[in-house]
Amino acid sequence: MLRDSLVTAVGIAELRVARSPGNLTVIGLGSCIGTCLYDPAACIGGIAHVMLPALINVRGNINRAKFGDTAVEALLEEMLKTGAARSRIIAKIAGGSHMFHIPDDRNSMKLGERNTASVKLALKKCHIPLVAEDTGGQHGRTIILDTATGFVVVKTINYGERVI
Amino acid sequence: MDLKSLTQARMDALKEICNIGVGNAATSLSQLVNDKITMTVPVVAVLPFGELSSAAGGRDAYVAGVYLKITGAIPGDILFTMPLPAAKQLASLLLKKCSDDPILSEMECSAVKEASSILTGSFLNALNELTSLSFSYSVPYFCTDIFEAILGSIVYHLGVASDYALFIKTELYYRTEILAGNFFFLPEANSLEAIFNSVGVKM
Repeated sequence: MLRDSLVTAVGIAELRVARSPGNLTVIGLGSCIGTCLYDPAACIGGIAHVMLPALINVRGNINRAKFGDTAVEALLEEMLKTGAARSRIIAKIAGGSHMFHIPDDRNSMKLGERNTASVKLALKKCHIPLVAEDTGGQHGRTIILDTATGFVVVKTINYGERVI
Repeated sequence: MDLKSLTQARMDALKEICNIGVGNAATSLSQLVNDKITMTVPVVAVLPFGELSSAAGGRDAYVAGVYLKITGAIPGDILFTMPLPAAKQLASLLLKKCSDDPILSEMECSAVKEASSILTGSFLNALNELTSLSFSYSVPYFCTDIFEAILGSIVYHLGVASDYALFIKTELYYRTEILAGNFFFLPEANSLEAIFNSVGVKM
């Protein structure tokens, strides 16, 4: 459905915005969150590849795309710069799974869930409606944001493919 | 320690430590499968997270991965990933039977997990002998999925303090042509000083 040559990959802790016909993909989300924002009228979409829940007690760290609580704001700014209208922007999220079952590690425990919660909270703060999500579980996901339609294709290895 | 300011001598020291460590691991794998295993010279790289997995060997590769966490004097992570066909091959060598199913059965998973634990254990033994530092490590955790999903779920904690990660990658081959797996050692920035002191590399 999508021409590969027009798809840009968003790496860990990166954020990118694209206008149709350019599309965006995140290859392999584990506990990370693919936070997708989309303006349906302008056909502009953006993805932030969130790695950690919150920017707390981190000094000299300026990469806002890395943290759930700062990535939404940073991505929103980029969307507006590209020509999206704040009032039209919707959100879809995917990822936040629990890849390794580690009973004794408090940090990684529920990291996916903590990431998911932080992104949801940040969306709420920015008054961006979350219209769809595919989060949790114990499997990785690859997502493609089609900027012409706003559909997000979520591919997994053992659980098939769905469109949100 | 600032990862971006690692000197060439220190990079070479890490390379050599991994060369010896993974050499030990390759020997144990070779004994297990009773075949020749070769390895590449380790590659040391300091990269931003976004570039990590493509540099490490293919974002979308479907792999079986075994992960151990090191704690103590040299905190860090160990990851051994095998392309799925290589994991299947390893399982069939160990179990002495083949299956046509493209995914790993429970039995095959456990064989691969066991072999990988032996492999990573050999590496850690060598690391311990080389550095004489005291550290402990977790039990091995196993999963099969997309490489970047696995890597991202391991390196997240490095992102708290830094925008970069240091990784040392060594490729293992059956004989010389078929990739058996990639061995990654990801020492945390604050364990590097201890490693360098132990092997006497000042700058």
